[in-house]
Amino acid sequence: MEKKVFERPVIKKLSAGMPAKFGLQVRHEPVTQIDGVPIKTLMEEYGSPLFVYSEKKIRQTYKEACRAFSSRYPNVLFAWSYKTNYLNAVCNVFHQEGAWAEVVSGFEYQKALVNGVSGDQIIFNGPDKSKEELELAVQNRSLIHIDHFDELYDLIEIGENSNIKPKVAIRVNMDTGIYPAWDRFGFNYENGEAWDALHRIMHADNLELLGLHTHIGTYIMGTEPYKIAASKLAELAIGLSSKFDHQLQYIDIGGGFASKNTLKGVYYPGTDTAPSFEDYADAITSVLIKANFRHNKLPLLILETGRALIDDAGYLAGTVIATKRLANGQRATILDAGVNLLFTSFWYDHDIRPAKPMSDQTEETAFFGPLCMNIDVIRKNMMYPLLKKGDPYVIQRVGAYNNTQWLQFITLRPNVVMIDEKGETHLIRKKETLQTLNKMESVPDHLKI
Amino acid sequence: MKNNKLTIAISGLNNVDSPGPGIPVIRGIRESKLFESRIIGLAYENLEPGPYMHEFVDKTYKVPYPSEGVEQVMERIEYIHELESVDVIIPNFDSEIYAFIRLADRLNRMGIRTFLPTLKQFEERHKSNLPQFGKTHGVKVPQSVAVTSFEEIEDLKRDEKIGFPLMVKGKFYDAYKAQNLEQAFIYFNRISARWGLPVVIQEFIKGTEVNVVALGDGNGQTIGAVPMRKQYITDKGKAWGGITLDEPSMLDFARHLISSTKWRGGIELELIRTPDNELYMIEINPRLPAWVYLAVAAGQNLPEAMVLLATGNDVLPFTDYEIGKMFIRYSFDMICDLSEFEKLSTLGEL
Amino acid sequence: MKLKKNLAISETGFVFDPSTGDSYTLNTTGLEIIQMLREGKNPEIITRKMTKTYDVDANTFERYYYDFIGMLKQMQLVAPDEE
Repeated sequence: MEKKVFERPVIKKLSAGMPAKFGLQVRHEPVTQIDGVPIKTLMEEYGSPLFVYSEKKIRQTYKEACRAFSSRYPNVLFAWSYKTNYLNAVCNVFHQEGAWAEVVSGFEYQKALVNGVSGDQIIFNGPDKSKEELELAVQNRSLIHIDHFDELYDLIEIGENSNIKPKVAIRVNMDTGIYPAWDRFGFNYENGEAWDALHRIMHADNLELLGLHTHIGTYIMGTEPYKIAASKLAELAIGLSSKFDHQLQYIDIGGGFASKNTLKGVYYPGTDTAPSFEDYADAITSVLIKANFRHNKLPLLILETGRALIDDAGYLAGTVIATKRLANGQRATILDAGVNLLFTSFWYDHDIRPAKPMSDQTEETAFFGPLCMNIDVIRKNMMYPLLKKGDPYVIQRVGAYNNTQWLQFITLRPNVVMIDEKGETHLIRKKETLQTLNKMESVPDHLKI
Repeated sequence: MKNNKLTIAISGLNNVDSPGPGIPVIRGIRESKLFESRIIGLAYENLEPGPYMHEFVDKTYKVPYPSEGVEQVMERIEYIHELESVDVIIPNFDSEIYAFIRLADRLNRMGIRTFLPTLKQFEERHKSNLPQFGKTHGVKVPQSVAVTSFEEIEDLKRDEKIGFPLMVKGKFYDAYKAQNLEQAFIYFNRISARWGLPVVIQEFIKGTEVNVVALGDGNGQTIGAVPMRKQYITDKGKAWGGITLDEPSMLDFARHLISSTKWRGGIELELIRTPDNELYMIEINPRLPAWVYLAVAAGQNLPEAMVLLATGNDVLPFTDYEIGKMFIRYSFDMICDLSEFEKLSTLGEL
Repeated sequence: MKLKKNLAISETGFVFDPSTGDSYTLNTTGLEIIQMLREGKNPEIITRKMTKTYDVDANTFERYYYDFIGMLKQMQLVAPDEE
């Protein structure tokens, strides 16, 4: 006789309060494979925990975003936001699809060059650009988005001493109805600072003003702020055109599109509420098309959205280390991946799925990571199937910001693989070893034991 | 229409001291002389009284909270529909309306009718959007700002955007008057823990609260509207007793708003009448309120009209209601059997 | 270890504790164990029966068995020791 699958015994107290947190319990559909490759096989080969990227999903999402904008606007360009995910393999998928590079440091700039991106297809953003980095960017004819007056004067100086005119745009910050407004980057629209900066550039003979850039915030759940941002940039561009007879080549609306993750403390899940690319595209392009650009000549529209393009394509697979009961009787499940690998768990309620079929029984559990640190909490409480030691799990939508913000803290960073469109798996970042870290350290002779 | 039996699924069965609208809506429907009804209760919790009130609810199914996602809700509705062949669904919680608006087309294809506002109508009346809403539709509203952290309330005070006292309100429910930052801090935490973010900070308008329940046909016509003043408000902010008013200005207000928004479905307007006799709109609830039975008793069976509209019937607008009709809310200890509690809690059906 | 005498346990896995008024639900394995406990079976017999029916070895079962007993104790469904 075949034996039945064992589920650990559990007893649940029926809630007496009203309304309680959970209502009718819902099923957590298991995720057993990614693009046809079983999670089990992946972890047997590459270990646990393991980051997995789907090349198919990246390309699919990118095409979807492109279609949303290109079907509404004649001239659209995406620039891949390196800080969202600068694993070279990931960047190169975007570059193959036609995305330029958008970088915010000298290090990211170098990474883009090494990835083979041509200098004139790199957008250099951010408040931190050294004189040397700016000089290199000018030589490479990269697009430099100026963040502050100090940088503007550096560029004027570089322009004076060079035979190449720096190609620049300014970053503009503004009130788009979002509270609080991000006013620390770029030049302010409402108080006229942005217009002053544009004046200064127009009066500098050796700078070539090509565009305007803004980035209104992060995880913007509505499309209205983008309409406001697009109309303010359009107004500046049209103002330049009438005052200096200068036609800008592009408007860069930045990023900030939400992915389908659910922010902590928000009632509805992100899968139900995040605007689609269509929604964002509609808001932005409708404003630009209606703006009064001279001769109806619409500027190139650049987008730097990162999160919404990559979040869905990244998975974190792992294994349950243990389950235990807390002092108050609540279940706690300890996972082998914690906040060290999943920086985003500080702001998302991550979607954790069992990686094998489970029964409908659930119990309230907290999910902790492996760190011996009280902050290492992935989910505070969830009604969840009865996981046991050794059970596999998958956390969905982890492609953005985790492989750039992960910490080498207490444990080492694990392997990262990518599944290509044919279903072949490739190691794209090797797991760290003790040697990886030790080779950067040195112990003075008198401290050797 | 006569001799027609409709199967109507209804939520909001928490008929407790701070009641949901479910049972009052059912009372209206049960009194219809135009159709008979089989009432399917949609419950979230084992202790909601509705499922045990068999004279009002014929059969109850537990459903997942909309915070679990629309697909989860849909899956459950499909299951219920298979067994019950539902004709109409009336969601009664603010937190459900969004999910059911999104599902309305799919439900319609399955043969299940709803009578809900459009997504645009629903979104534009959010507490945080009130200032814009007031501008668009030409009504007076208090300054309102959605905040996601307590520090932003401090900023609002510092920037002199909204001063004290102010109202701290949840995305769906709950409202507290805060006299100072300390109180605002307590209420912010209480509300955000329960209803999530954002929390809405609203200018406090001094005056008397008055309410209107109404039904819009979606083309700008008001099918019915009854104004009421709460005679006493419990510590939970709910009406203990209320009385219908003879107040043309409130009816005009409601008709103007329904015509300007082309509101579709039930609606409750929360208004403040200031000492200078001006009406400020502090909130729009996109559904019928728990006190809707007062309107039924006063001569406007709005729940019945809503079902008729949902099922594609023409409904003539109500022209009158009884003035000075009162309600007094009372609680009542219903005696239940443990086996029924067991059924609902273990099988999710009763 | 004995269960409280007056617990009402139904076939659906619903448990009612008349002395506190609390009610609980069990999953299938939890229900089987609690029924055996009520019949006064000792842990050895329970382990033997469960490992025979289910795909689980005695060591693993023991771990989850005691975890389950811990939950019963926490919920005060266990009779105070008689001796």
